[in-house]
Amino acid sequence: MAQATDMGMNRTGIGMAPRLSEEMIRDAETSIPTSGGDGHQIERVRREYLHNSPPLGSTPPPATAKGAAKAGMHMLKGHRPSVFLDKLGERLAFERTGTRLYEALIAKFDEVGTWEQGPTRDQLIGFHNEELAHFELVREAIEYLGGDPTVVTPSADVSGVTSMGLLQVITDPRSSLAHSLQALLVAELADNDGWHMLIRLAEAFGQNDLSRRFHQALADEDRHLQSVRGWLSVEMEQDLKGGVQAQKPH
Amino acid sequence: MALDILSEKGVPLARQNFSWRDIVRVPFSKLDDDAFTRVRVILMNGIEAEAIRFSHACSRMNKDLRVPLAKIRRVDQHQQTMVNWLLPPDQSPLETTIGYEQVAVEVTASVAAHEPDPYLQQVYRFGLLEDFDHLYRYSALMDRIEGKDANNILQSYTDIVPGRPTSEEHRAPEDDLRNWYDRKKAQPISKLNALTIMAGEFQTHDYYMNVGPTFADPVARQLYAEIASIEEQHVTQYESIADPDETWMEKWLLHEATEVYNYYSCLQTESNPRIKEIWQRFCDYELGQLHFVMDLFKQVEKRDPAEILPNTLPEPIKYESHRDYVRQVLSKEMNLRAVGYRFIDGTKEKESDATLTYRKHLNSHGSPSDMVAAGYRWYTGTELGKQARAS
Repeated sequence: MAQATDMGMNRTGIGMAPRLSEEMIRDAETSIPTSGGDGHQIERVRREYLHNSPPLGSTPPPATAKGAAKAGMHMLKGHRPSVFLDKLGERLAFERTGTRLYEALIAKFDEVGTWEQGPTRDQLIGFHNEELAHFELVREAIEYLGGDPTVVTPSADVSGVTSMGLLQVITDPRSSLAHSLQALLVAELADNDGWHMLIRLAEAFGQNDLSRRFHQALADEDRHLQSVRGWLSVEMEQDLKGGVQAQKPH
Repeated sequence: MALDILSEKGVPLARQNFSWRDIVRVPFSKLDDDAFTRVRVILMNGIEAEAIRFSHACSRMNKDLRVPLAKIRRVDQHQQTMVNWLLPPDQSPLETTIGYEQVAVEVTASVAAHEPDPYLQQVYRFGLLEDFDHLYRYSALMDRIEGKDANNILQSYTDIVPGRPTSEEHRAPEDDLRNWYDRKKAQPISKLNALTIMAGEFQTHDYYMNVGPTFADPVARQLYAEIASIEEQHVTQYESIADPDETWMEKWLLHEATEVYNYYSCLQTESNPRIKEIWQRFCDYELGQLHFVMDLFKQVEKRDPAEILPNTLPEPIKYESHRDYVRQVLSKEMNLRAVGYRFIDGTKEKESDATLTYRKHLNSHGSPSDMVAAGYRWYTGTELGKQARAS
């Protein structure tokens, strides 16, 4: 099976078209820009829009004041519950999309196989189930704090935009399992930091039970991160030494 | 008070100017603005796109009209840009798609409910149930591929349930053509309705054709390919309900009136003040354009534009949930099928051989829309929520 690191006819560099690129470079060197200045003009436009743009959106107040009161969210002066709910919304969206990422990854695994010391199907399914459980954990936490788990908070929205590229890589049938794991690594790194942040917030709001449960989720995420790093590292070593021997899934 | 379009002259064409900063404004908020703000923005982009499309076709066939057409078309170009650039960049192509289908459902329902001609009403209801199904299929795609809830876009105004199954919507071309209204007998609202829905469907087709290949997932690429094909059928259907004997000038006049009518409709219900100001400005621009074309109509056709246009604008399009109306149509007309210009009860009468053969071949390697929504039932917060609670 052809691998992405096999030598081929990649045409994107100038080395594949020496005569044409030589002409092109000469033309560019002798051309005269029609407007003066440099790339800093872009900054001026960006700043103008930055000055005039409202935020992406808002975090709604807790859906049930009773729930918020029960959770003691109003007790802590100087702490805004909306910050906690915004970040919980982010984690919820990320874990839910993460679950779908693992589904796409498992489909790829089933078709193309793995490598020695690469991921196993059971591991991928296990991680998928943990992402799903984390999504449910965050949903419960939001409800417990009187929030609405169906809301897309501003941070959830941003994480959705950030994840688009990861989805594109993993769902592309032409990208390899290793490419997909590289995209997953980005997700797991962000996820790991996200759980650290949620633990800090839970502690700031005196939510010790939530903090304990978030620590457990973080332990899972640590394992995901280490595993993905390990699989990628082994794959690179094997590729370096003469190509990865694909192993068909059992 | 209803707008008297024959006496309100709006802003003269010479004063309809733009700068790039003026055109490229701050978009609406995907999170905080009402879903109908998005619906209005999407539809108005379609209305302007149709104005430009018509203008080009007219220009190719009418050498004496080329200069005035080009002048108005240039303004339409910048109006369309200003409107379409109101879509926020954090709204993904699939989220925008959900918005497009919400337009198709809610605007078509409003039009169908207010259309005076019973046959045209039926045409709209027929198309409505198909777009309604597209919304369900795309919602399943969004849930199952991206882990996102389409209702974050729909804001609970529009149901996510199956309509006439997309896999059964594929028909032979001759079964997508309909009877047309009679230009001498039809009420003006019928003409404005036809242009409005045709414009909406045309831009939907073009949008799917553009964004479909940007998806990496083969399931998404297949689904966009399938639904874009139905949108092409819908354009064929809605294009055919306009009288082909209308003169070029009549059609131009009606396009301008449709633009006025639609901006006026948007203006009635817009909740975002920044965007309401745009609807007001463009309503005034369109009145200016309409009067420019009215003068031209008098010169070219030696007729009074009042023969074609209504004195006052009809009742505006209702930008609100049509849940009950759609449910009624669903319960009564799910089994309707089309044979030639007729609608038939698919449980009692067979579709044409041409359609059955065409559909069988298209679906011969499986149906993307059936596959993506296999066993799918919308659930608040995505079907993973249900799965997580069950496990």
